[in-house]
Amino acid sequence: MSETPEELHYASSHEWARLEEDGTVTVGITDHAQDALGDIVYVELPDEEQQVEAGAEAGVVESVKAASDIYAPVTGVVIAANEVLEDAPERVNEDPYGDGWFFRIQPDDPGELEDLLDAAAYDEMCSEEE
Amino acid sequence: MTEPRRTPLYDEHLACGARIVPFAGWSMPLHYGSQIAEHHAVRQGIGMFDVSHMRVIDVAGTGATDFLRAVFAGDVAPLAAGRALYGVLLNESAGIIDDAIVYRMDGGYRVVANAGTSERVRSWLVRHASAETHLHSRQDVAMLAVQGPKAIACFHEATGFDASGLPRFAFAWHEERMVARTGYTGEDGVEAIVPAAEAASLWRRLTEAGATPAGLGARDTLRLEAGLNLHGHDMDESTPPTAVGLGWTVAWGEDGAPVRRFIGRDALERQRRPEQLLRGVVLEGRGVMREGFKVTTERGEGTVTSGIFSPTLGYSIALARLPRGSKGACSVQIRSREVPGQIVRPPFLRSNK
Repeated sequence: MSETPEELHYASSHEWARLEEDGTVTVGITDHAQDALGDIVYVELPDEEQQVEAGAEAGVVESVKAASDIYAPVTGVVIAANEVLEDAPERVNEDPYGDGWFFRIQPDDPGELEDLLDAAAYDEMCSEEE
Repeated sequence: MTEPRRTPLYDEHLACGARIVPFAGWSMPLHYGSQIAEHHAVRQGIGMFDVSHMRVIDVAGTGATDFLRAVFAGDVAPLAAGRALYGVLLNESAGIIDDAIVYRMDGGYRVVANAGTSERVRSWLVRHASAETHLHSRQDVAMLAVQGPKAIACFHEATGFDASGLPRFAFAWHEERMVARTGYTGEDGVEAIVPAAEAASLWRRLTEAGATPAGLGARDTLRLEAGLNLHGHDMDESTPPTAVGLGWTVAWGEDGAPVRRFIGRDALERQRRPEQLLRGVVLEGRGVMREGFKVTTERGEGTVTSGIFSPTLGYSIALARLPRGSKGACSVQIRSREVPGQIVRPPFLRSNK
């Protein structure tokens, strides 16, 4: 069974978003997503200071199986990208909610997080997909 | 749609934590947790695969040799008992119906064909068999591949059979098991065709002897690193063997001898120098080449037929159908980007065999 932490927000495109204490939003892909993709071999991240829009493409994750676009869950400016993934993309499989984070956004409007799914709604969506 | 079939090892796969996927009408393990870890297990130690979805057809009768000489582009006549031959079955246009291994047994032959083409192969063989040829599609066997630098020792420990004296493409019987020094990974190892009822206990003994269960995912990355074609991707009924690096499997016959007849020969003679050839591509930038991606060379455009991220090499490799004579630098379109690559001759890895 894949894990879906209660405190995070989820996009239907399988990204998670976490509001940090400093008001920034950390983004990654869910445990369900990494499990479905299989071993991850490349991650293409947005550049720092890049403007991203909620629901628009912000990166690509390639697994042994396929390439998938990563969408920004909220609109804002990218303030950090997880450089660890450049040499160790397998961290996404091993720790999708921790070391395997993708990028961090300074959101224009943190209220946009409320437009995303909560853990229960995300789990329900995944079980319907199966 | 009918339910996918299960091999005699299905419950073993579940017990090993397999991710099961439908494949060619079968429920098969894609991986058991990590495809890349399974790949490395085969390159560095021992992996084992359930390949019971492959079709085993025994060919017997006084017409067997003439029949196989006609339907197989390689020549089985010189094969001694206990030896096997890799080659292709061609249609009348010299397109590849399937690639297969033919084993010469005492008093007959055994053909092992791919799962995806198995019905096509069976009906093709039935159509061309003479009254003196008997075909028997074996539903009572399972097939396991044990592959890797330590595979021979592992198989010895698990079964008591030492295959180390078997040359490549030779096989022997051990009790009711047919054990062949063959494989699809570029590593040393054996493929064993065993009674279905024995498969699960053999699987467990091999696990105890150190074999790592490996799925279809690892099988694909291993064969591609070894430069081995996959039917339905790198070749099919529209490609002659001369266009996909398998011209060497065709036995044209000796000079001066009567012309050796086999199905597809006339068409193949007109396609000895196809305009497109199967070549290797290694990617020099980031990304993963996939089937269908466009490759641009100095001689024109081509198409990726199989592409992966190579776990052993750490970059993407592919087989691609490219214009004859293309070599050196090329570029591969990966979504919106053009990524530089180099054209090479497979295999991508030097063999450990």
